[in-house]
Amino acid sequence: MVTTTNKWLAAGVLCLAAAGAQAQVNQIKVWAAACANCHGTDGRAAAGAVSLAGQSKNDLVQKLQDFKTGKRPATIMHQLAKGYTDEQLADIAGYFAAQKK
Amino acid sequence: MQRRQFVQTLGAGSAVAGLGLMSGCATSAGRGAKVVVVGGGYGGATAAKYVRLFSDHNIEVTLVEPNAAFVSCPISNMVLGGHKTMADITVPYDNLSKRHGVKVVRDTVASIDATKRTVKLASGGELPYDRLILSPGIDFMWDTLPGMAKAGAADKVLHAWKAGPQTVALRRQLEALPDGGVYALSIPLAPYRCPPGPYERACMVASYFKKAKPKSKVVIFDANDDITSKKGLFMKAWDEHYKGLIEYRPKHKVVDVDAATNTLKFEFNDDFKAGVLNVIPTQRAGEIAVKTGLATANARWCEVDFLTFEAKAAKNIHVLGDAIQIAPAMPKSGHMANQHGKTCAAAVVSLLQGKEPPSLPLYANTCYSFVTATDVVHVASVHKYDAAQKTMLAVPGSGGLSSAASALEGEYAMAWARNIWADSLA
Ligand SMILES: Cc1cc2nc3c(=O)[nH]c(=O)nc-3n(C[C@H](O)[C@H](O)[C@H](O)COP(=O)(O)OP(=O)(O)OC[C@H]3O[C@@H](n4cnc5c(N)ncnc54)[C@H](O)[C@@H]3O)c2cc1C
Repeated sequence: MVTTTNKWLAAGVLCLAAAGAQAQVNQIKVWAAACANCHGTDGRAAAGAVSLAGQSKNDLVQKLQDFKTGKRPATIMHQLAKGYTDEQLADIAGYFAAQKK
Repeated sequence: MQRRQFVQTLGAGSAVAGLGLMSGCATSAGRGAKVVVVGGGYGGATAAKYVRLFSDHNIEVTLVEPNAAFVSCPISNMVLGGHKTMADITVPYDNLSKRHGVKVVRDTVASIDATKRTVKLASGGELPYDRLILSPGIDFMWDTLPGMAKAGAADKVLHAWKAGPQTVALRRQLEALPDGGVYALSIPLAPYRCPPGPYERACMVASYFKKAKPKSKVVIFDANDDITSKKGLFMKAWDEHYKGLIEYRPKHKVVDVDAATNTLKFEFNDDFKAGVLNVIPTQRAGEIAVKTGLATANARWCEVDFLTFEAKAAKNIHVLGDAIQIAPAMPKSGHMANQHGKTCAAAVVSLLQGKEPPSLPLYANTCYSFVTATDVVHVASVHKYDAAQKTMLAVPGSGGLSSAASALEGEYAMAWARNIWADSLA
């Protein structure tokens, strides 16, 4: 009886520790991953595309907004930026700004 | 990932797994959970890599794929045009294991036991899984073209709709065609893999003819009522660059092929004979998905939950890429398959950790087509999960087409290829 309880307790502790160490897969990370096809995994791009990793958040937000409003000319990004809300663009910019270059 | 860390992960995994699954809590780390991925194409390779990334390398991933290396369909039309080589579109699988600790098994999955949660390999082995991710691509409905079953027919009349040996063989046929010869391309009714792909192919073959055999001709037989993608842009390119070289005939549905005489037979129109026949057959989900009973839409495509890509027909089996019954306006493209891979990976990791999967999928699609060796046009869209309709819908006001073909977009198209290959496989 006692042994069983202890086992469950031990499992519970393990549980908490594990949960603490493992952040939940977060939505913003998955949204940002959707940009990686063109801009590289975690924003570190292969030749020919712009790397987003480690850029300043404010700059990124400004560029994305300028694409969205059409102020900044583009072949494709003005069409894609329009698919995201301002908040979503800011969240994604924040994610890339926090990545190592 | 470093070797030491990998060994530790494996050690911790096996110790915790039994306890974790029993108590239902240590799985919050997902440690020791086993994911098997079937198919190392755009969908499968991406899902395999991202399950490792999103689980901080705690979930074991085994990728089963028969091919020694990944050969990309995108850019493969450039090989037919003589503007790129097979080496340019081939990417090794090594980095998935070296950098991300994915176990790559060179084999074919012969069957799936959804109750026992195991897959059987063609070579005889068996792999257990907690969650299975299936990205088998497409297979061809050969029964719609009875003549293709005759001996030798499939070696002579090529599809080249899976990049690899057929890409090389079709290029050889084009090279062997005398000047003045006719290349006939047939397109099946939508949906099929890569809506603009056939029209891009017509451009690439025509670009080769223009240079090497100007008296030759490309005749496109489209089963659809009209050009299914980037219509205005393709028509403009045909007019500007390939006048008299490309002929487009809509509403021509091929119902049989006589390989001996190189003849196409249509539902309503006269037979057509050509020097080279390139028949893109009607398609459905890859065979393994169909025979496992996952193709619940007309026995052709697999219906899935767009939050997780779990198949409607089976628990713990996720299907993605070309094999699924698409959402409205969602193309069967490599770009899309890569996007599915990430949404699916995030869901699988969450579920194995005993958590709710992210509930707001949002991703983009871009599809580039070469109209000449240098100039490219695109179509783009953004897709968002709609909770009421439980499907992905294009975000109103987003997306669009190129204003005109350009060499700048040609550079972007190659950059796109390098990036998506690296994002999926490196
Ligand atoms: C000519 C052409 C041009 C294209 N151009 C573009 C483009 O420019 N942009 C774009 O986004 N898309 C393009 N596409 C579409 C793109 O290639 C597909 O949409 C994409 O490959 C789908 O990915 P997938 O993972 O579903 O399937 P695939 O990439 O086909 O991968 C499926 C994999 O599963 C493996 N497999 C199948 N069955 C089994 C089994 N039983 N066991 C183990 N492994 C198995 C196969 O060997 C294969 O490697 C093009 C396609 C063609 C034909």
